[in-house]
Amino acid sequence: MPVRIGVVVFPGSNCDRDTIHALDLAGAEPVVLWHEQASLEGVAAVILPGGFAYGDYLRAGVIARFSPIMRAVAAFAGDGGLVLGICNGFQVLAEAGLVPGALLRNQSLRFAGREVAIAAERVDTAFTHALEVRRPLRMPVAHGEGCYYADEAALDALERARQVIFRYVDATGMDAQPGNPANPNGSLRAIAGVINATGNVAGLMPHPERAAEAILGSEDGMGILRSLVESAARAAGQTSPLEAAAR
Amino acid sequence: MTVADVPVEPLHRRLGVTDDELQAIRDRLGGRDPNDLELAMFSVMWSEHCSYKSSRALLRTLPTEGAGVVAGPGENAGVISIGDGLAVAFKIESHNHPSAVEPYQGAATGVGGILRDIFTMGARPIAVLDALRFGDPADARTRHLVDGVVRGVGGYGNCVGVPTVGGELVFDPSYAGNPLVNVMAIGLLREGLLTLASAPGPGNLVVLYGSATGRDGIGGASVLASATFTDDDPSKRPSVQVGDPFAEKLLIEASLELIERGLVEGLQDLGAGGITCATSETADRAGTGILVDLDAIPRREPGLEPFEVMISESQERMCAAVRPDQWPAILEVCQRWGLPAAIIGRVTDDGDITVVAGGLDADGRPAEGSREIARIPARALTSDAIVHARVATPPAHRRGAPAPGAPAAVSDRLPERGMDPGAVLLALLGSANLSSRRAVYRQYDSTVGADTVAGPGRGAAVLRVRGTRKALVATTDGNQAVGAIDPWLGAALSVAEATRNVSITGARPLGVTNCLNYGDPTRPDAYWQLSEGVRGLADACRALGLPVTGGNVSLYNESSGGRIAPTPEIGVVGLLDDISTLTEPAFAQTGDTIVLVGDATPGLAGSAYAALAGVTTEDDPPDLDLAREAAVQVFIREAIERGLVASAQDVSGGGLAVALAECAIWGELGATIRLAHVASPAVGLFGESPSRLVVTARPAHAAALVLLARQNGLPVEPIGSVGGDRLVIEATAAAAIGAAEDRGGRVADTLEVPLRDLQHAWEHGLARSLGWEG
Repeated sequence: MPVRIGVVVFPGSNCDRDTIHALDLAGAEPVVLWHEQASLEGVAAVILPGGFAYGDYLRAGVIARFSPIMRAVAAFAGDGGLVLGICNGFQVLAEAGLVPGALLRNQSLRFAGREVAIAAERVDTAFTHALEVRRPLRMPVAHGEGCYYADEAALDALERARQVIFRYVDATGMDAQPGNPANPNGSLRAIAGVINATGNVAGLMPHPERAAEAILGSEDGMGILRSLVESAARAAGQTSPLEAAAR
Repeated sequence: MTVADVPVEPLHRRLGVTDDELQAIRDRLGGRDPNDLELAMFSVMWSEHCSYKSSRALLRTLPTEGAGVVAGPGENAGVISIGDGLAVAFKIESHNHPSAVEPYQGAATGVGGILRDIFTMGARPIAVLDALRFGDPADARTRHLVDGVVRGVGGYGNCVGVPTVGGELVFDPSYAGNPLVNVMAIGLLREGLLTLASAPGPGNLVVLYGSATGRDGIGGASVLASATFTDDDPSKRPSVQVGDPFAEKLLIEASLELIERGLVEGLQDLGAGGITCATSETADRAGTGILVDLDAIPRREPGLEPFEVMISESQERMCAAVRPDQWPAILEVCQRWGLPAAIIGRVTDDGDITVVAGGLDADGRPAEGSREIARIPARALTSDAIVHARVATPPAHRRGAPAPGAPAAVSDRLPERGMDPGAVLLALLGSANLSSRRAVYRQYDSTVGADTVAGPGRGAAVLRVRGTRKALVATTDGNQAVGAIDPWLGAALSVAEATRNVSITGARPLGVTNCLNYGDPTRPDAYWQLSEGVRGLADACRALGLPVTGGNVSLYNESSGGRIAPTPEIGVVGLLDDISTLTEPAFAQTGDTIVLVGDATPGLAGSAYAALAGVTTEDDPPDLDLAREAAVQVFIREAIERGLVASAQDVSGGGLAVALAECAIWGELGATIRLAHVASPAVGLFGESPSRLVVTARPAHAAALVLLARQNGLPVEPIGSVGGDRLVIEATAAAAIGAAEDRGGRVADTLEVPLRDLQHAWEHGLARSLGWEG
């Protein structure tokens, strides 16, 4: 039986259907979790997809964290449950304090809709274990507020704790620091994704679900989704799809 | 003379209704005068924007029949079956005047309005293409407009989660005071869910859901869209609607759920003309009437006058005709999506739009003590609205395009100006109109929806259709430069180029939507441009066998700076049966043979080269042979289907040299070309004669490709091969002309530019033109 993974749907979510489609391809059973519900319906992991949760006119993700579903997600995360935030989902997680740092307006003050390359810093997490270290992964970004920010001391602490899991990289594979055209939003230290201290909640700005099929130009996002599906299956005590296929 | 003696224009004239039109209104009201509310309702519905009173007679000449057409003109959008039980809905619409007054909101609500036209029919919007036209990019006001419009398109489309996959961005001095913002939307629906804008069934409820009604957009259609206006008139800002993309997102989801669950009998979005338009159009189509309960309409603020409520163009509202037993379920859906919903009237059998103040009783009849404040036959507002016979007068000096095959003009001006063809090519590639649009489209989300196979940047956009092997291919094109010289040719060329851009991917064009942007129809020369444009559109669509499934007419595009160049913006959607055959314009592989299909005909007027070199309209634009165009498109689709094609590109803006340079830039591969028998280097390299393709094939397939072209009666010639890190074009004149002549005889003009230089010019041209980078 495929592992059940929740996809939270806020009224302004607009990547929920893409995420559900990609989870299907990754061998999971997606479960829609409406923002007004307080139960996670026993899912093994949760994805907060991209979009504009409640319109985000004030600031991305600022209202979403007060929704009933987010109280449930916070409790789930507190118990060690796996939660992945993509784009607006990352913004919501940051606003809710479930991952460190903040996402500011892009340095250009313009929306950034383009392909980027990111590289996984760690491949020993629940969200990255199917990836290769530092191999550039091509996938789209599409956001107006994606500039990762924390103060210098906090950034140093993040690095020491190895909580940076993805960085924007340029064509040479080097970290794309702010000012480098390969950094789409001015994120400090080229940070594209982070993980919480306990390793069960992660967020990233790029969209792996839009890079999960060759026809769309890249399958590089699939590694992230597969990692999550595998980890969720293990957490649920199920045989992972990969192991099942191997038999 | 005292203040009281100052003559005041009568109300109807202040609302834009002429004396003759007032008489026609009386005729439709049994001879009586309309009251002020009724007059306000007529003024919006009889505006050019809502009534098409100047264009309706012309539009009847367009071909509308075609294979698979499920819904055509008159509906909110055209709908064409694509098999597998699916259909595609698409339409293009203008939001020119609002964008000139308030660029962000004007463009944003333009996106919102066209998306509503799509999902109102039961289709989920899957893509937006925006065709934008502005004045000189170096001008500060142009830059302000570009910035606002681009942010508006992105701000709305990005938030509702519909990818912006293509469009156009064109600069031409004629748009300085009157930019064009034309937005095309595409949706996908299961055929069984097709929903029409109709209010059938007397006794049914009329439900309004979505945003509350406010004072924004009062007279948007009549004041803004249907009259010539002066530059940046701040007094008209209140007529611009204000968009709320989050509300639109909720409206999309709620509407599609209502349709999916069979909870509506008919559905109409509220756009121009607001509640008056939605009620009268749906009633007229169903042959019914509607009793409007004015007091039941949810409002944003107290104190709205009845006329304001009836004609407000507040955005993000929908009007549904529903059975009484469906109401509780509708309310539940709307509440779940956080949308206010109210019963604002009843469908009747009297054919009238009747407005009642004071409420309805439990049986849906006017309550005791209520007042009837307006009663107008629904058809008088819509299908029986006034139609004007306008006068068309061609300009005194009309130009005829040279016949195909006529000898080229001896002087092409290229050598005379001492220009090096390589420098001309770089200047064209880096020009505001031909350089990469990336600086703009990177501000749009082009990949949300996870169906974008080819987004903005390289001709047509491609979207896969999930659950099938198919793909939809879409593009917009408009040729105003030639249109300014010959409006028939400009329109026909626009159709030819848009469909060609679809055909070179391997897809079969399904249908055409159009946005006709012209000047003041009461001026005979402007009306002539419109009538010639419609004739060109009709001729081209007939020749290519394509139905026109809908569109929009935007007139009065004039400002103190003059009238815009006639601009028929053409949107085309095509179907690729097997996405694995999708063909791209980029050079594919070193060693591939490059074949040129079609031949260069004389004439440089209207070309990018002419604009660059300052060639005036003393010259003629190249002519278009529609039968040839059709043959070219049939040929390339067949060649792709037979697997003979490695890449395919059409020759358009900037001519053959720019077409080759683009193939090289996108493929990151150079090429070596030899053009024999070039009559004139400028025509051969930079002329924009239509119906031409640059096709590449593996060497083993080249002979078959050439043979197929010949079998289709097309001129065809292998001109070189792919490879290297530079573009080399050697143009050998058949006779001694131009620079070659100066050098004494039959000598080749050679162009040789490193790929790196081509890329650099092309990538940075737009941002430089707009001052976005140094």
